[in-house]
Amino acid sequence: MRNGLASRGAVRLWPQVQVAAFLIAFAIAALVAAPLISFARIAAIGDAEIWAHLAAYVLPVALTQTALLLAGVAVIATIAGAGTAWLVTTFQFPGRDSLLWLLPLPLAIPTYIAAYVYVDIFDAAGPVQLLLREIFGWRTGADYWFPPVRSLGGAVLIIGFVLYPYVYLAARAMFQTQSAVFADAARSLGARPLTLARHITLPLARPALAVGLALAMLETLNDIGASEYLGVQTLTLSVFTTWLNRGSLPGAAQIAVIMLIAVTCLIALERYGRRRQNYIGAVQDAAVASRITLSGRAGWLAAGLCFIPVALGFLIPAGFLLREVIARGLLTGFDPVLIRHAATTVMLAGIATAVVLLLGIAATLPLRLKHHPAIFACVNFATLGYAVPGTVLALGLLSPLVAIDEAINWVAASFGTTGVGLVVAGSGAALVIAYAVRFLAIAIGFMQAGFARISGEFDDVARLLGAGPLTLARSVHLPMMRPALWGAALLVFVDCLKELPATLLLRPLNVETLSTYIYQFAVRGNFEEGALAALLIVAAGILPVIRIVRYADLPPARSSLR
Amino acid sequence: MRVSIRTVLLAAAASFAAGSALAQTGEVNVYSYRETKLIQPMLDAFTKDTGIKVNIISASSGLEQRIKTEGANSPADVLLTVDIGRLEEAAKSGISQPIASAELDKVVAPQYRDPEGHWYGISLRARVVYVSKERVQQTAITYEELADPKWKGKICIRSGQHMYNNALFAAVIAKHGEAKAEEWLRGLKANLAQKPSGGDRETARDVAAGKCDIGIGNTYYWALMNDKEADKKAWADATRVILPTFAGGGTHVNLSGVVLVKTAPNKANGMKLIEWLAGETAQHMYADVNYEYPLRAGIAINPTIAGYGTLKPDAMPISKIADNKKAASTLVDKVGFDN
Repeated sequence: MRNGLASRGAVRLWPQVQVAAFLIAFAIAALVAAPLISFARIAAIGDAEIWAHLAAYVLPVALTQTALLLAGVAVIATIAGAGTAWLVTTFQFPGRDSLLWLLPLPLAIPTYIAAYVYVDIFDAAGPVQLLLREIFGWRTGADYWFPPVRSLGGAVLIIGFVLYPYVYLAARAMFQTQSAVFADAARSLGARPLTLARHITLPLARPALAVGLALAMLETLNDIGASEYLGVQTLTLSVFTTWLNRGSLPGAAQIAVIMLIAVTCLIALERYGRRRQNYIGAVQDAAVASRITLSGRAGWLAAGLCFIPVALGFLIPAGFLLREVIARGLLTGFDPVLIRHAATTVMLAGIATAVVLLLGIAATLPLRLKHHPAIFACVNFATLGYAVPGTVLALGLLSPLVAIDEAINWVAASFGTTGVGLVVAGSGAALVIAYAVRFLAIAIGFMQAGFARISGEFDDVARLLGAGPLTLARSVHLPMMRPALWGAALLVFVDCLKELPATLLLRPLNVETLSTYIYQFAVRGNFEEGALAALLIVAAGILPVIRIVRYADLPPARSSLR
Repeated sequence: MRVSIRTVLLAAAASFAAGSALAQTGEVNVYSYRETKLIQPMLDAFTKDTGIKVNIISASSGLEQRIKTEGANSPADVLLTVDIGRLEEAAKSGISQPIASAELDKVVAPQYRDPEGHWYGISLRARVVYVSKERVQQTAITYEELADPKWKGKICIRSGQHMYNNALFAAVIAKHGEAKAEEWLRGLKANLAQKPSGGDRETARDVAAGKCDIGIGNTYYWALMNDKEADKKAWADATRVILPTFAGGGTHVNLSGVVLVKTAPNKANGMKLIEWLAGETAQHMYADVNYEYPLRAGIAINPTIAGYGTLKPDAMPISKIADNKKAASTLVDKVGFDN
């Protein structure tokens, strides 16, 4: 700080750092742009003929069903996710400590597996209806009315209760770092917890809620397995039928590109809606608001409310899988290749998570250091990988990956080596790149929300004390962002574990992940045979959940600033 | 001098031996729309027979695009797939090369292979009905009859856009023309007990649970439930399979088949695999492990499948089905079959 105190504002950064900030942001945006552009080129081929048909018969249904599905899932994910996050952060009640690590677990259940399980349980031939027929003496499934599981309503409930952890994790990371000052002030003025939640906690957490909800909605939008099985005619499904049955990949690409544009507009609109709001707490190193102990009936009520989503999203599906594992002797007749598949899956997910987090930090940090519209645009663009279905992303990635390989082969050939082959497109690197492009949005979203909560005054103080940008990031930003980082790491890791469509299409020869292993049974209508592999995904997901919960439940006063 | 000649000869012999050993072994790379687990037993048997290692990936869509994009560097030798529409499309997408094999031509009847050899069928399956033993007395049925109002509210089926139904509906179009087919599809839609969803097993389950009396599904699902899946045996027990026919025709069948990739780096091994799949060992496995109809003459059909009755595949050239694939999909949209 050669200029001493005068440096604030005008000359905040050395020019090299500024250039680096631009370059990093552009590079990351380019990584995501490559598959999107290559897919947009397919869309640009165009298929005018198919649009009249789509507009007349396909899109009206698909748009309505998709909108209803998204709205329903949004309601459930928000209530279950933000509600439980608020309860466990604000109150101390019986079972809270167990619920802390149980609440994120539905993440580890792939949505389509949950769909299969619930259809098995609640369909006409399932145990519930069998019991009802027994009790009431009905003969067949046609003698009475029972809400159909394979329906839009069923899809809303099943997907909503599996995806609420996206909102939960985002909301919890935010609630936890909210300064106690507001809470204490409001309480001293006599505000009750619900009033406090409505007027202080929730509005302050809006950026985080928006991120979590956007992730859950995009996951819903891109789902294909569950909605197809449950008979919901989504837009994503129409992308696939247009490609595979109506014989028009360009037409399919156009639907996907329009969906992408619509999603981008919606996200931008939400941001625009809170453009003037400042969410930075004035004093952030204050202690977290102490939890209010709920005793007696109130305590059990809170525990019960938190238990509902855990049971529906995790315990029932996982319990069902466990029962199948035992009933089918999947443990005694253990398929030894599963160990290899599990190791492959965890390794790929681990590497991809590390890459995604590094890219996420590399993308958001420059924005913190230098708030330039170009950097801002790049960083936001880099979140679009999450907004396209996995198969679309995979199709888009094929060309850029092969182009890299062709370049490598060309260079190798000029050194006299031939037959290098597809070192990127044909290896695990393709999957890591696909996961990175797809899940970068999670890391960026969590980190932007995290940064938004750190007052710029910290940066100024650190600079005044002579800290360079890297020191600032290392000693101030990253420690304060720990809950957001851990939350993002967990989500990305578990999402990589269960990623299916891109993995299916891009994996190297002989590579099987747990997810693709389950899929080959599921596609034949026999998903129960993959129950053990599904539980292995859960097991691989539980360890980081527990670790993160342990970290994240420390009061911010100890875990952030020292 | 003598010594050196001997040395040269020995060296030549050694290298020849090594060379022939290399020619005998090696690898073949398979891209597959059939699930790895399903065909692994056959591939393992192939490796045991020939010493050729099989590398495989399976996916549900996009493999043609992957092969095409990978281009000259693609490791793919053989594409395994089901559905005549997919076989024709693979050929049309330009990723295939003609399979020239007198041996295959002897085994696979002309109606089950591409005239130019770009794809060959390997096994057959039929799209049939599972009927309630209790509530349906008929022992024969036509596809046309499924649209008869007497079955109102009695039929269950998966999505009309699923490739199995797509092929069946395409066959109806090929048989009766688009206008008649539309009428038929509207009739079938009106007979549905519920919105199309689930898969063929759910269809059997719904018939067993009394949601409907007739379910439309593929031949092997019922046999697997009956023979191999203890927890689903009850659904098979409550139902019966009828091989429907077109009025004045035969039963709608579809193919699983193979394509030899144009850029195949291990073409010879790829050819070996394809011929092996049409050979006796593999055809027995298709019959008894996968419950499909073998295409090779003289291979016994699995007893459970044979129990459905004698399959008389419809005589219409199967490529006509592929030609009407898109029309069938369009028709499903038009009548709102899945809504």
